[in-house]
Amino acid sequence: MVATLPPKPETYGRAPGWPPDDGGNRDNGGGFDKPSPPPSAYRLGMGLALVSIFMLFVAFTSAYVIRQGQGQDWQPINLPVVLWLTTALLLLSSVTLERARQRLRHGDELMCNRWLTATTLLGLGFLIGQFVAWRQLAADGIYINTNPHSSFFYMLTAAHGLHLAGGLVGLGYITVKMWRQSYQLALAAGLWTHPKKELAIDLMSLYWHFMDGLWVYLFVLLFAWT
Amino acid sequence: MEPTTTIHHHAPPSSFIRKYIFSTDHKIIGLQYYFLALVAAFIGMGLSLLMRIKLAWPTETWPTLAALFPEGFAGGQMKPEFYLAMLTMHGTIMVFFVLTTAPQGGFGNYFLPMQIGAADMAFPVLNMLSFWFTFVGFVVLMAAFFVTGGAPISGWTGYPPLSALGQIAGPGLGLGQDLWVISIAIFCVASLLGALNFISTMLNMRTKGLDLFKLPLTCWAWFTTAVLALLAFPVLLAGGVLLLLDRNAGSSFFLPEGLIVSGKVINRSGGSPILWQHLFWYFGHPEVYIAILPGMGATSQILATFARKPVYGYRAMVIAIFAIGLLGFFVWGHHMFVSGMSPFSGLAFSVITLTIGIPSAIKTFNWLGTLWGGRIRFTSAMLFSIGFVSLFVSGGVTGMVLGQSSLDLFYHDTYFVVGHFHMIMGVAAIFAMFAGTYYWFPKMFGRMMHEGLGRLHFWLSFIGVYAIFVPMHILGVMGHPRRYAQSTAYEFLGSALPLHEFITVAAIIMALGQFIFLFNLFWSMKKGAKAPDNPWEATTLEWATSSPPPFDNFGGRQLVVHHGPYEYSVPGAPKDYIMQTDPPLAVAKH
Repeated sequence: MVATLPPKPETYGRAPGWPPDDGGNRDNGGGFDKPSPPPSAYRLGMGLALVSIFMLFVAFTSAYVIRQGQGQDWQPINLPVVLWLTTALLLLSSVTLERARQRLRHGDELMCNRWLTATTLLGLGFLIGQFVAWRQLAADGIYINTNPHSSFFYMLTAAHGLHLAGGLVGLGYITVKMWRQSYQLALAAGLWTHPKKELAIDLMSLYWHFMDGLWVYLFVLLFAWT
Repeated sequence: MEPTTTIHHHAPPSSFIRKYIFSTDHKIIGLQYYFLALVAAFIGMGLSLLMRIKLAWPTETWPTLAALFPEGFAGGQMKPEFYLAMLTMHGTIMVFFVLTTAPQGGFGNYFLPMQIGAADMAFPVLNMLSFWFTFVGFVVLMAAFFVTGGAPISGWTGYPPLSALGQIAGPGLGLGQDLWVISIAIFCVASLLGALNFISTMLNMRTKGLDLFKLPLTCWAWFTTAVLALLAFPVLLAGGVLLLLDRNAGSSFFLPEGLIVSGKVINRSGGSPILWQHLFWYFGHPEVYIAILPGMGATSQILATFARKPVYGYRAMVIAIFAIGLLGFFVWGHHMFVSGMSPFSGLAFSVITLTIGIPSAIKTFNWLGTLWGGRIRFTSAMLFSIGFVSLFVSGGVTGMVLGQSSLDLFYHDTYFVVGHFHMIMGVAAIFAMFAGTYYWFPKMFGRMMHEGLGRLHFWLSFIGVYAIFVPMHILGVMGHPRRYAQSTAYEFLGSALPLHEFITVAAIIMALGQFIFLFNLFWSMKKGAKAPDNPWEATTLEWATSSPPPFDNFGGRQLVVHHGPYEYSVPGAPKDYIMQTDPPLAVAKH
C-alpha cells in the first residue's frame, strides 16, 4: 500500500524515500507497484473507442452517399427477409443486457447471469442470421461485386459483424466469469468485486447498445434511404 | 495524509521478455516506438538518397548498386519503376513510421504519464498492443520490398485508379500494393488504440493539484494530436478497406467506367477516384498536424527552459494548438485543387487554409516572445528548437502560397510542393524530435549526450536542410514536375541538372551528419557523463524523479502540484526556476 508522502520543500535533489540511485542503469529502482486507473478512465476509454468506430462508419456512409450519386450502375438489392429477424434479435439483446445490469445493481447475481447468458445467445443468433442473409443473397446470385449496392451491403454488414463479434467475445468472457464466480470456481485468480462487475457490465452495455444502434442505422441506410 | 484508494496490480516484471519485449511499462514502450522510428528513419533516408542519385546523375551507371538491387538497377541504371517504388516507400515509411510514431508514440508515451505525475498510461496492456500493432504494420510494409513485382509504385497517397488495379497497371501493384494497404490498416488500428489511451490518461490520471491549465504545453500537444488521430485514422481505415475490396473482391468504389489499362478494358464501372482523395485527405491533412503538433509542444517547453523565461502567452498557445487541430479538419480540399473540384469549394478550402496562418502566427510570435530578452543557453536541444521555429516559418510561408488555389494549379505537381512539405512536415518535425532527444536523453538514460557532437549535428542538419529544400522551390518555380524519375527527357529542364547535383551533394553530406547523431546516441548511452535528476534546471514533473526513473516513475510518491509549468525567473524566488512540485512561495509572483 502506498501512502501519500508530504512534499519535501527544502530538498531539490533526491528526497528521502526515493529509490536509490542505480547509477544510470535501467532498472526498476525500488520495485514499486503501479496504481490502477479510476473507473472513469475505463468509461472514457470505451467512449473514445466508440467515437473512432463512429468515425469509421461516418466515412463509410459518406462513401455510400457519394457512390450512390455516381455512375449508372446502382441497383438496390432486395432486402433479405431474415434481416428483420436479426434486427429483432439484436434489439432484444439490448433489452436483456439492460435487465442484467439492473439485476446486478439490485444484487441479484443469479438473474444477472441468466440475462447475460440470454444476451450472449441473442448476439450469437444475430451473427448467424447475418450469415444466413449472406448465403441467401449468394444463392440468388448476388455477390460483393454484383453492383455497388451489394458491395456496400456485404462490406457494411461485415464491418459491423466484426465489431459485434468482438463485443460478443467480451460479453462471453464476462458471462463465463460471472457464472464461474457464482459457483466459487474462481476463488483465487482475479476475483471481481461488485463494483468491478458493474463496471464490466456498464462498459459492455455501452459497446453493445452502440452496436445495436449502429445496426439499426445501417439497416435504414441500406434499405430505406434512397 | 490520506491513503490512496487504488488497488495495485502492476508489479515490475522480472523476466527479460516481460520487461523489455512485451512490456506494459509506458517508458519501455516509448523507447520501443522511438527505436522503431529510428530504424524506419534511416531506411527512409537511404531510399531518398537512391532517388537523389538518379536525379542528379541520370545517365551514370552504378555497378555497386546494380549488385545490391539486381532488379531495380538492371544494367547499372535505376529503372523508373524502381524510382517510383522508392518514392512510395520513402513517403509511407517517413509519414507513418517516423513522423507519426516518434513524436507521439515515442516521446508522448514516455513523458505524458510522467508530466502529469502518473505511474503509467491508463491502459498499459492496450499500450503494449498499440506498439506491437505498429511493429507488425512496419514488418508488413517492409515485406513489400521482397514480393513478386516489388514495392508499390502508387505513391504514399495511394491514388486510384493506379493503386486499385493489380499487376496489370505496373510492377509492385500486385501483392506489394496489397501489403501496403494492409500495413496502413494495421497502423490505423494501432494509432486508434494509442490515441484513446492518451486522451483517457491525460483526463483521468493527473496528480493532485495539476489542473488542466497547469499542464505543460507538450501534454496539450499530445492530447490534441490524439484527438486528431482518433477522428482521422478511422477515415483512412475506411478508405483502406474499400481499396482492398476494389483490389481483391471485384467491387468498384474507386474505379471509373471505361478504364483502359495496357490495352485492356477494365471491367468495372461507376466508381470515383476522387472519392479516395476525399477519404484520404480527410485523414491526410490532420495527419500533417499529427506530425507537427508534438514538435510544437516540445519546442515551447525547450525554448522556455533554455531561455529561462515562462512561455509567452501560455493560454494563447493552448488555444492556438486547438485552433490548428480544429481547422486542420476543414482544409483537406486544398490537396485537391487540381482534381477538378468546383471553384467555389476551392475558394472555401483556400480561405480556411489561409486562416490556419493565424494560430500558426500566434505560436511563432509567442516562441519569439519567449526568446526575447531571455538568458539563452545554446544547448543542442535549444539549437534544434530554434531550428524548428525557423523551419516552421520557412515552410509555413510557402504554405500560404500553395493554399491559394490559383497558384496551386501551377505549383501542385512541381518540386515546389516537395520543398514545402519537406520543410514543414518533414524536417521541422524531425528537428523537434532531435530537440526532444537532446533534451530528454538524460532523463531516459541517466546520462548526458555529447554537446559538441550535438552542435556539429545541428549545424550540418540546419545548413543541409536549407541547402536541400530551398533549391527545390526554385525547381518548382521553373515548372519542374515532381515524381518523375527521368527529367532529362524535357529540354527545358536541362538547366536544372546542376541544381539537382547540388541538392544531392547536400543530401549526402546531411545524411552523413545523421550518423554523427546515431553515434552520439549510442555512445552516450554507455559512456556519457552521469546525468543529475534535473540537469537543465527545468520545472515540469518528469524532472522531479531520478534519472532514469524507477518503474513506477516517482518511487511510490504521489506528487502534489503547486505551480504552473513554466515558472522561470520569478521575481523574489530563491532560484531562477520553480518546479511544479515546489511548495507555494511566500512572495508575490508578479
